[in-house]
Amino acid sequence: MIDVMHQENNKKIISFLLSLFFVFSILFFTSAAQSQQPDDVSFNEVASQLAGAKLKQVAAVVDQLTQFDDEQLLPLLKAMLEGKLYYEKKSKRLVFAEILEDKTINVDGVFDENSIENVKKNTLRKVKTNNRLRSSIRRSVAQITLFSGGIAVRKKAIKSMFDDLSKENVTLLNKLKETEKNKKVINLINTAIAIADLKSSDVSLRVQALKKLEGNLEPVVRNEVTKLLEKDSDGNYKEDALVVSTASKVLQSIEENVKFYGYLETLFFGLSLGSVLLLIAAGLAITFGVMGVINMAHGEMIMLGAYTTYVIQLLLPNNLALSILLAIPAAFIVSASVGILIERGVIQFLKGRPLETLLATFGISLILQQCVRSIFSPLNRQVASPEFMSGALEINPIFSITYNRLYILIFALVVFFLLQLILRKTSLGLNVRAVSQNRDMAKCMGIRTEWVDAMTFGLGSGIAGLAGVALSQITNVGPNLGQAYIIDSFMVVVFGGVGNLWGMLVGGFSLGVLNKFLEPQTGAVLANIIILVGIILFIQKRPRGLFPQKGRAAE
Amino acid sequence: MSMNMLLQRESLLSDSGSRWFLSLLAIATAAVFIGNVFIPEGSALHVDTYTVTLFGKYLCLALLALSVDVIWGYCGILSLGHGAFFALGGYGMGMYLMRQIGDRGVYGNPLLPDFMVFLDWQELPWFWHGFDQFWFAMIMVALIPGLLAFVFGWLAFRSRVTGVYLSIMTQALTYALLLSFFRNEMGFGGNNGLTDFKDILGFDLQADNTRISLFVISAAVLAFAYLLSRSIFLSKFGRVIISIRDAEARTRFLGYKTENYKVWLFVYSAILAAIAGALYVPQVGIINPGEFAPLNSIEVVVWVAVGGRGTLYGAILGAILVNFAKTRFTGIFPEAWLFALGGLFVFVTIFLPKGVVGFFSERKNKKQNNKAENVAEANS
Repeated sequence: MIDVMHQENNKKIISFLLSLFFVFSILFFTSAAQSQQPDDVSFNEVASQLAGAKLKQVAAVVDQLTQFDDEQLLPLLKAMLEGKLYYEKKSKRLVFAEILEDKTINVDGVFDENSIENVKKNTLRKVKTNNRLRSSIRRSVAQITLFSGGIAVRKKAIKSMFDDLSKENVTLLNKLKETEKNKKVINLINTAIAIADLKSSDVSLRVQALKKLEGNLEPVVRNEVTKLLEKDSDGNYKEDALVVSTASKVLQSIEENVKFYGYLETLFFGLSLGSVLLLIAAGLAITFGVMGVINMAHGEMIMLGAYTTYVIQLLLPNNLALSILLAIPAAFIVSASVGILIERGVIQFLKGRPLETLLATFGISLILQQCVRSIFSPLNRQVASPEFMSGALEINPIFSITYNRLYILIFALVVFFLLQLILRKTSLGLNVRAVSQNRDMAKCMGIRTEWVDAMTFGLGSGIAGLAGVALSQITNVGPNLGQAYIIDSFMVVVFGGVGNLWGMLVGGFSLGVLNKFLEPQTGAVLANIIILVGIILFIQKRPRGLFPQKGRAAE
Repeated sequence: MSMNMLLQRESLLSDSGSRWFLSLLAIATAAVFIGNVFIPEGSALHVDTYTVTLFGKYLCLALLALSVDVIWGYCGILSLGHGAFFALGGYGMGMYLMRQIGDRGVYGNPLLPDFMVFLDWQELPWFWHGFDQFWFAMIMVALIPGLLAFVFGWLAFRSRVTGVYLSIMTQALTYALLLSFFRNEMGFGGNNGLTDFKDILGFDLQADNTRISLFVISAAVLAFAYLLSRSIFLSKFGRVIISIRDAEARTRFLGYKTENYKVWLFVYSAILAAIAGALYVPQVGIINPGEFAPLNSIEVVVWVAVGGRGTLYGAILGAILVNFAKTRFTGIFPEAWLFALGGLFVFVTIFLPKGVVGFFSERKNKKQNNKAENVAEANS
């Protein structure tokens, strides 16, 4: 699945490059002076009037320009908007250029010509614009893009019209509506037209428009509707009573919708936090379930996974998507082998002394942290996200899901189910379950418990490494990365109970969601504290967590 | 060997140990005192005030280690959150010292400490009232951590949370306190904590005499706490505690309410830790939320493990040894300290499960056994 996304991603890049090429290629060759079009005034001729024109003239020229249906119009207007259109003082050639921060001038191209070599930089003058002109240019750009751009471009163009719904724009929109097929774009057009209707002099039209806007989430709609409820200095509504009552109803519906999506967003953030906690706690729970050992170095296994991602990205700086895909198995292997090393080197000598194991693994965590500090420096490192993970899935104007968190959520679930599969369907899983239920009996049945221990520890650490890959996509990578999440994930283990991986799933997600829902009301710190206290109280009722290990051997 | 003999030998052995320990503590304290007060500066035997304060710090940390040994060594409860009680005690003392500053602060407000003026607070929060009285502050130093330990212990022990679970919960406790004390709204100076203390009971905190007095008081309190703890473990209460450590289920079946014993021991231990904190703060001159960091609490456990748990003096020895090493190490080679500390955790748990004290007493036992065997062989 990820591969497919990767390909799509490549396609995106290619199309982006193509469009870039397109933009440059339309910076045309023939100049206005050499133009071979004697009869009519050509686009280029009109455009060349921009050079040296006064502000008033510029506005007139722009008006004239927009009458043309020329490919060069859009780049020209855009350059004007961004203040990147200059002209040479003598030759009056239009030049695309920008002044960089260090005051040097970067010439991007010459209008009508393909050479940028003989531009005299010190004679460049800016084509004059002011705010009013810019907003009219913006409108023109919107109009042009309305009919030529893709869906996203059209949507953006419509939205940019929200501020200025003049009659022309509305007719334009109505025209577009006839040919438009995309539903979302049509909805957006309807919104725009309704907003325009709000200002009409006809009360019934206003009320009708209001009704159409019920529950609409565009921020502009909210503002416009709120405006209708304004009062004058005497405390009376400026608007007609019917309009006011409808408007307040509509506003209420909008507010309810906003609230609802606010909850959805919090829920999503909670699930995202929960997925990270799930990844961390699952590894922790396996080692605890099988060996009765809390691995205090678990956080450092996460850190190792994150640093593995970082290193792979350093090795493959040009292919972020590939590096992140490679990092998944690599981080698993690195963390798992370090985990097995720890088990063989230290923990196996501390059998039956869980408290000492806790201390020893804590010591290891200190050593690992310091190692990373010495090798990579104590500063945080940034791991870049590949393109398919950046950006957000916009569901409506106020609710969007960032791709990185969405992918991490999916990733955590995939890892979780793989882990379940390993525990249920493989011989290793059978051994692991046997040892965790009754170590001595398992030994009697010929299971090499030592080997199972090492493998379990490796598996748990490896999953922590995977958590590290996931975390590297949402925070910076630093030596203290693991510490930040480890106590919370201990809480997940305590809350969920160690007997069952489902406990981790339920525990992780409920703690994550609870945390995020408490946060806006109480602040992040207090939310953390409330949850800690809540868990202390919770284990009064269920000392072994939500899903305790069952059976006679489990004390 | 009968049970009775075992018990007797244990008490006898540790008795000689505690005689050794107490006389060593007395001699060291006296030496530092004489070296600081009576031997003039410039002499090779002179102990400067900086060193005195350093030793005073070690003694406070030793008391903290003692409090951890009381519950870990004798009751098998591994607390990874004792730093919380230590810090709470420290904050209690810090609040008293803050109030003593009066109008000598930067802003010169007679009532409000500097950080409150800085935060634009108009009046003293209710929980700061009374802390201008030394006796009240000292009661609070013991009361608040004791109460916290009681509530936490009561909740935890009643629901029979044991082992690693309990350790994790104690760590969560100190972590929660760490987070809350970082908040400015809590009214304890937030990130910066409480500092810039001027005097205690009218004595200038920077003066040499105050410093040496604090040092001697720390030594005395440590000795007293040691004797008190020993007498507790020689009493019937202590015997039950030890039996809980060795076989909690059996003790419960014999009719003892083990959770009550554990709670009271936990409270006692928390109060010891708090007193250590209260003595620590005037000597180092600052208390901030960093003291709540889980790492600090775990470090204490390692001191105890290094010294040897279940002997009381072992914990004290361990605390002093490790902290001395820490001072040295961080001076010469700051990067290496975490390596050394981490290595110490691993080394001690694997190779010195009974700590330094246990290591030597085992060797002594072996020698004696060998001797006894030789005698027996010669007789036969």
